[in-house]
Amino acid sequence: MPLLQPLLLSSALFGIGVYGVLSRRNAVLALMGVELMLNAVMLNLVAFDVWLRDSLLTGQVFTLFVIALAAAEIGLGLAIVLRLFRAYGTVDVDALADDRRADPVHVT
Amino acid sequence: MTPELVVFWLLSVLTVASAVMVVSTPHVVHAALWLVVTLGAVAGCFLVLTAEFVAWVQVLIYVGAVVVLLLFALMLTRSPASTTGATSRNRPVAAFAGFSTFGVLAVVLTSGFRGIVLDLDSQPDQLGGAAPPERIGDTRSVGEAIFTHWVLAFEVLSVILLAALIGAIVVSGRVRDRDRQKAAAGGGS
Repeated sequence: MPLLQPLLLSSALFGIGVYGVLSRRNAVLALMGVELMLNAVMLNLVAFDVWLRDSLLTGQVFTLFVIALAAAEIGLGLAIVLRLFRAYGTVDVDALADDRRADPVHVT
Repeated sequence: MTPELVVFWLLSVLTVASAVMVVSTPHVVHAALWLVVTLGAVAGCFLVLTAEFVAWVQVLIYVGAVVVLLLFALMLTRSPASTTGATSRNRPVAAFAGFSTFGVLAVVLTSGFRGIVLDLDSQPDQLGGAAPPERIGDTRSVGEAIFTHWVLAFEVLSVILLAALIGAIVVSGRVRDRDRQKAAAGGGS
């Protein structure tokens, strides 16, 4: 199998993730774009690991670390999104950027 | 055309098509379900690339945990199924950014790594001095690599996970307490 094939797949996935992060209005859907980009990076790491045949398995171990970091990132990101929703009542990032409401509406 | 190449082509098409659906479908729950397809297809790519343990960890953590977390967040934020999932008005700029990112990456990778063929059957080299694993991507070899050479990074990673756990609890729990205190004091807004 040519090395270029997983590399091109991962770059396509990364481009789609960039588009998703920039174009989605819902903050949770923007986080899904981040997940797509992380998957592209992981595919790259695994492909290069298979090419180099490192005896320390650097690429695959780093892929596992990226998976764990992605789990931490998504947990923290969703906590921030939930707090944003409680404070402003919306997760629409366009509305949040446009209104620039100084004092959050406290949802009781 | 070897069989693994055919399988990888099919998985590539599935990955890209479902990823496009993730970023373009107007229904937020459908986006999460298409994300399951994308992540599963990437796990299949890992399997074809002989990274067996990584593939199953991907299935367990991404498909099992992260997508469920995303679905919980979608339901807790009570997103109307068809409105807030819509794409924003800077969509042409976003499409340009995505295409140019893909273009730059594809050109650089093609010019750098054209013609290199992956050998999916070979054994690892012996530079590390340790006994060579049976197969390069199975649970035993990955576990030995993590718990011998990468054990410090592994421990640091567990501390990071603990910090993220505490951070998520602190960030998501404080507002309700403050509102409750404010309501008890009679000054609730």
